[in-house]
Amino acid sequence: MSPEEPGWRWDLNRKELIRLEHISKSFDGQMILDDLNLVIHENEFVTLLGPSGCGKTTTLRIIGGFEHPDSGRVIFDGEDITNLAPNRRQLNTVFQKYALFTHMDIAENIAFGLKIQNKPEDYINDKIRYALKLVNLEGYEHRMPDSLSGGQQQRIAIARAIVCEPKVLLLDEPLGALDLKLRQEMQYELIRLKNELGITFIYVTHDQEEALTMSDHIVVMNQGYIQQEGSPEKIYNEPENAFVADFIGDSNIIPATMVRDRLVRILGAEFACVDTGFGTEKPVDVVIRPEDVELVKPEEGTLSGKVTEVIFKGVHYEMSVMAGGFEWLVHSTKLSESGTDVGIRVDPFNIQVMNRPESEDEEAIGVDV
Amino acid sequence: MFSDRKTSRVMASPYAAWALIFILVPLGMIFYYGLTDETGRFTLANIAAISQPEHLKALGLALLLSVISTAVCFFLAYPVAMILAKNRVSSQGLITTLFILPMWMNFLLRTLAWMTLLENKGVINTALSLLHLPELNIINTPAAIVIGMVYNFLPFMILPLYNSLSRIDENVINAARDLGANEVQTFFRVILPLSVPGIVSGITMVFIPALTTFAISTMLGGSKILLIGNVIEQEFTLSYNWNLGAGLSIVLMIFIIVNMVISAITERREEED
Repeated sequence: MSPEEPGWRWDLNRKELIRLEHISKSFDGQMILDDLNLVIHENEFVTLLGPSGCGKTTTLRIIGGFEHPDSGRVIFDGEDITNLAPNRRQLNTVFQKYALFTHMDIAENIAFGLKIQNKPEDYINDKIRYALKLVNLEGYEHRMPDSLSGGQQQRIAIARAIVCEPKVLLLDEPLGALDLKLRQEMQYELIRLKNELGITFIYVTHDQEEALTMSDHIVVMNQGYIQQEGSPEKIYNEPENAFVADFIGDSNIIPATMVRDRLVRILGAEFACVDTGFGTEKPVDVVIRPEDVELVKPEEGTLSGKVTEVIFKGVHYEMSVMAGGFEWLVHSTKLSESGTDVGIRVDPFNIQVMNRPESEDEEAIGVDV
Repeated sequence: MFSDRKTSRVMASPYAAWALIFILVPLGMIFYYGLTDETGRFTLANIAAISQPEHLKALGLALLLSVISTAVCFFLAYPVAMILAKNRVSSQGLITTLFILPMWMNFLLRTLAWMTLLENKGVINTALSLLHLPELNIINTPAAIVIGMVYNFLPFMILPLYNSLSRIDENVINAARDLGANEVQTFFRVILPLSVPGIVSGITMVFIPALTTFAISTMLGGSKILLIGNVIEQEFTLSYNWNLGAGLSIVLMIFIIVNMVISAITERREEED
């Protein structure tokens, strides 16, 4: 991606805060991060998204100072902090399993960082009250961490981190241990917190829905490489490769041939599209989101097929359609009964064309050929 | 439900019998002998005998040496336990085995080995004289007894400390660093308080056997240094004054119970906090 692309214009107004330069890290000879470069701007909600083992947590731990990169530099606010100990960095972390101090009550937990800084007692007490109010747990000062629910402990972990007034808050899958309903509540809570505090959040998760809901900027990672970064809309609507398309939401990823600019042959049928610059008669992959597949009468469709399976999902029906030798996943509020013959139509701007990787390494790196 | 309870009562009966025969009956006998004189009449004289100067001296010395040994064990064991807890994955099994290995050998044999090492013409002094260094005069001193106690009881300090240290979540330590604590602050404010349960049980497991030992002091302290354990042993085996021996045992028991109550309170306070 280049700065001329629309996703970046919005970023250019913001001040750069963290820059990772050529970061590599391996454990026991296994490469976790390979030449990673990443820029994070002030006051952004950035999410590092990827499956387990993709290097997202290692990246966060390198920013936090708990891991030292084998090579590369970490620049924070223009300063090289690669060799700085975690306690000297102007950022705070919310850990995966809360990591509260079980031998201290809630007030002492929150006060920990401030006491280390030798802040006056009045200041500390004010901060404790302010932080508990911010996370909606007023009056919990003298409870012990063990007597709190998972969601409450998580809020305390956040309160403990933000009273130190960090420029950046690092969050390592903070909602992973919570149940679905609580997780959704906490997502809104985190967005509200970020807006109230006006600081940068760097958030690590494997949950694509969480990432889409909360982030200003998503960095999709796999096998130690950044696959794509951009706004949630861009990541969802214009995935750059099959991995991103597959990881973010449901999708139909179909091998196809780019006939010429704005025309692609999918499963033998020619579809109009909006992509240009791939050349002629070039093998590509296309991504079509299930909600973008329109089911019409057989004679009206670009391709025709038969509905093989229908599942009612509440908001929509999820249907499998066998067409052109490929099983299409279709989401629609209109039901087409199983066994009916249908036609498939896709609007040109809903077809996302991607280069097809020629080797597995290329697939991992996610390069544009 | 009822039959379950009945079955479990039947199953437990051998243990109940064991407890009765080997724990309660001997304990009852100690109290019987301790609270009577030779004619079988009730007396507190055997317990009051602790106030005799030679008995007080033996008790005081035993307390002093076991406190010193416990402290030395603690300061030796804590760094070892921390290293073991930190290297959770790799060489931990081997190192733990190395520390436990001596316990596979007979306790008296190990103490005997120290006798040979510390003797005036022993291994250490022979080595020192070969190097033209001044010889040490350790055998038959309280220092030799402390060495013997530390050597024998060190594993009992390491294991509970290791247990509680390895249970501390690495991210809790990271969180302290993250909140601005340097390594020293992290240790005193987070690691040390979280390891209190291990410290309490380690101290108990070293202090009690050290306080009651007579074998170590007999072998490494010669006949000159008497600990309370030696006094009690001699009352039973040399003087055949079972009443006095039992009476002094009861006094020692009181000290141990006090120690255990203190550690129980510490642990409970730790849980409540």
